[in-house]
Amino acid sequence: MATIQSTTAERGHPAAVTAEGYGWRHAGRKDPALSDVSFRIEPGERVLLLGASGAGKSTLLHAIAGVLGDDGEGDEAGSLAVDGMHPVQSRGRTGLVLQDPESQVVMARVGDEVAFGAENMALPRDEIWSRVRESLGDVGLEVPLDHATTALSGGQKQRLALASVLAMRPGVLLLDEPTANLDPDGVLEVRDAVVGVLERTGATLIVVEHRVAVWADVVDRVIVLAASGGVLADGPPADVLNAAGTRERLIEAGVWVPGYTPRLRTSLPTGGGNGSDGGHGTPGTDLLRAADLSVARTRRAGPVVNKVSLELAAGEALSITGPNGAGKSTLALTLAGLLTPAGGKLEAAPELRRGAAGTVHKWKSAELVTRIGTVFQEPEHQFLTHRVIDELEFGPRRVARLPEDEVRRRVDAIAERLRLTKLLQANPFTLSGGEKRRLSVATMLATSPDILVLDEPTFGQDANTWAEMVSLLGGLIADGHAVVSVTHDGDFTAALGGNVLRVADGTAQLQAPATSGRAA
Amino acid sequence: MNTVTPSAQAAARKPRYTWRVVDIVVASVIGVAIGVIFWAWSAGYSGIAVLTAAFPPAGGLYAGGWLTAGVLGGLLIRKPGAAIYCEVLAAAVSSLLGTQFGLTVLLSGLIQGLGAELVFLLFLYKKFNLGVSLLAGLGAGLALAIGENILWNVEWATDWKLWYTLFAAISGVVIAGLLPWLAMRGLAKTGALSSFAAGRTADV
Amino acid sequence: MSLDIMTPRLTASPFTRANPLSKLAAVAMVTVVVMLSVDWVSAGVVLAAELLLMPVLGISAWALFKRGWPLVVAALVGAYGTALLAEKTGAVVFEAGPLLFTEDSINSGVAIGLRSLAVALPGIFLLLTTDPTDLADALAQKLKLPHRFVLGALAGLRLVGLLVDEWRTLGLARRARGVGAENKPLAKLAAFLGQAFGLIVQAIRRATRLAVAMEARGFGGAQRTWARESTFSRVDIWVFLGGALVSAAAVTAAVSAGTWNFIFG
Repeated sequence: MATIQSTTAERGHPAAVTAEGYGWRHAGRKDPALSDVSFRIEPGERVLLLGASGAGKSTLLHAIAGVLGDDGEGDEAGSLAVDGMHPVQSRGRTGLVLQDPESQVVMARVGDEVAFGAENMALPRDEIWSRVRESLGDVGLEVPLDHATTALSGGQKQRLALASVLAMRPGVLLLDEPTANLDPDGVLEVRDAVVGVLERTGATLIVVEHRVAVWADVVDRVIVLAASGGVLADGPPADVLNAAGTRERLIEAGVWVPGYTPRLRTSLPTGGGNGSDGGHGTPGTDLLRAADLSVARTRRAGPVVNKVSLELAAGEALSITGPNGAGKSTLALTLAGLLTPAGGKLEAAPELRRGAAGTVHKWKSAELVTRIGTVFQEPEHQFLTHRVIDELEFGPRRVARLPEDEVRRRVDAIAERLRLTKLLQANPFTLSGGEKRRLSVATMLATSPDILVLDEPTFGQDANTWAEMVSLLGGLIADGHAVVSVTHDGDFTAALGGNVLRVADGTAQLQAPATSGRAA
Repeated sequence: MNTVTPSAQAAARKPRYTWRVVDIVVASVIGVAIGVIFWAWSAGYSGIAVLTAAFPPAGGLYAGGWLTAGVLGGLLIRKPGAAIYCEVLAAAVSSLLGTQFGLTVLLSGLIQGLGAELVFLLFLYKKFNLGVSLLAGLGAGLALAIGENILWNVEWATDWKLWYTLFAAISGVVIAGLLPWLAMRGLAKTGALSSFAAGRTADV
Repeated sequence: MSLDIMTPRLTASPFTRANPLSKLAAVAMVTVVVMLSVDWVSAGVVLAAELLLMPVLGISAWALFKRGWPLVVAALVGAYGTALLAEKTGAVVFEAGPLLFTEDSINSGVAIGLRSLAVALPGIFLLLTTDPTDLADALAQKLKLPHRFVLGALAGLRLVGLLVDEWRTLGLARRARGVGAENKPLAKLAAFLGQAFGLIVQAIRRATRLAVAMEARGFGGAQRTWARESTFSRVDIWVFLGGALVSAAAVTAAVSAGTWNFIFG
């Protein structure tokens, strides 16, 4: 059996990546996703790839991995090579790890998953298993080989994905926002695993990531793609990130440049004045009270969080934090009236109830949407129609059944406020990530709920869409809405203020307010 | 300067009837998703099944739901065998989730998928408009009726078998012909089909 | 509900260790025999043999009931349907308005009901004793089915649990928008279809990403090796012979009892 720690030479040598005037246009699109990109990345270099959303970073990684498809799927320009070969011929020399941990697991068991790539390279069986053990060791994933892949956490799944490409002994690691979907612990877990792997293998690294701070100390070169095509900047991190011209353009592009806090728009137009958003209770009015509340996804699954007691008032922010899988979302959905409480009490104050009969989860649709709105993590889960305007009108017209002129007035005001006016005829599913997020908030605001519940509103957002969301929610709180957010994002919690409820180990603890200023 | 790339040459050699990896994976997941939808339907809407129990041939009216996988797979993937593959996989998933049982479920899936497949073949996998979709639904519905009449309704009096066939055909056209076509149009507009011809051409 | 259909906890028995292909072959033989004739003798013999074999297969009555109760309902419905719609020959047993049952039609109904049970039971046995990954290995390595399709299907099946969860999330997300709470049948149907569409959109997006991940790991080439070897052992001979024996017994019993009733005849 091969030794566990093989030398760099045995592991396949680091590869060079060269692009000369490279470009790609997806079939059926007018504009290229990527154009006129030139660089030479030397073997063993560690590169952070930046650029505005839409600048083609993912497309470039996919191109280097050789998975953009054939000419039925798009047109290639210029040349791109891994160690002098076309990327399609050098699959296996490149190892691609994607953003979503759920969508890149192929097999049911950890050992089979790591073996998959090596099997596709038609390696002998003994060699496959020795590489499986070695790769799992490299990423520090110490679980049995027959462990179910579904039983892993997000961070473990990403380390598994890394181990799976390592078993092919790639010369280049290509990481496409590998930590964007993870909680803060998961981010460090994956980053450290990558660093360990690079030290042992010496492989070339190309990583795409908005949150520069995570990788700034790891990489030795930063390449910035320009949205209009070509390379905007290329050099050592300190030079690129601090050079006067580039730094501003990176900030403009929504990159989280270290040492820069996104600017919040403090003076938002408020909805209360023009009535677009209905009149909301004066800040401080009690809306919802939970006493000894237990929450469960389904009755059969049993409670995940017990003995939650809290009060929610108009004009207040509440952030629910805690590790993944602790039951934060289940708690939020219960507060939102979407799940039946498993025990305890959830009571609506008269100011919120306004004549609605029964407990919160028994409210009729029309009663619920005018009192509590819930924005899910994946905006597409809540899209119901094929046009933005229809999405906005759906709640006021079809659920709340408001008079037609009122529907028009509200939809116009909200579209204006959330900058959707130019997109009214577009298909919701084709919007950009930030636009989808704005639309999903807007559809909820259209029926003017007193309470807005959001699940991970800043997950995977770039600095611009992040600042936009924080500003918007701050404005809603100032208007007298209560805002409940499930979040991992400490910056977000601090910026929004209000109370923090930490959920862990089946209980929930109310912590000191995040900032002192805002809560009334 | 544009250059001819190796991938372009490779593509030129490939006949358009060959399945790409993305075809295989998406077809698989379509089969799986429809299997999950069957499961959700039978979990929440079993009342309708009880209604048809009183007059069994009416069960044919309800059968079209089972046929959507094959037609949708055929419309989206547009490769030989897609309808059969998706229908068989959907059948396998419904037995995994406990909606149906036994190897005969796979056989039924095969027969029904074949019914839709033959229609796509008839148009040489070149036409995927509403008419073809309705015909594929009809083909699947007739295949279902023939299969069920031989395998399960074999003791029924001939009249009832004909009624069952009629109902299954109607259901095939309306449910399995129309709904997948509407779904294809809706899916194309969401951009989810950007890797597929079905998402790029508006051949309707 | 957590669906661990991809890594099921299997029952401990030699049958579990047998190659999935020999199990499939045994089940296929039995299924073909049962399906070829509609008579209560052949179906009854097979059903009895299946029930008797349960301890050998390591399957408890409770495990069977948990998965299998819907098929008892289905068998009863099937039996009723055939008894109602078969040719009305023989003595009248029951008549009320349009409902007419005769001796022969009830016989046919009983045969259909037994038959559907006899066919469904081994399906449950397979489910309780077979790991999907082993099945895929066997189909590709031993039966030589095209490996790209076998592995593609396996990767798709892994998403079943995820999609079931996603279905529930979609239901809640749409309820938050005010969909699906009305009690009118047509509105409910529309809500169901909308939710189904939503699921298919997410499924296709996920599948497209999965295809990229698989292709990046070299999937799709003509040649590949297998980390896990699918093998036959002595158990497989017994499983195969067991299937053959039950099938032969069923045919013999039905033919000698004079009840064999060929479906194409």
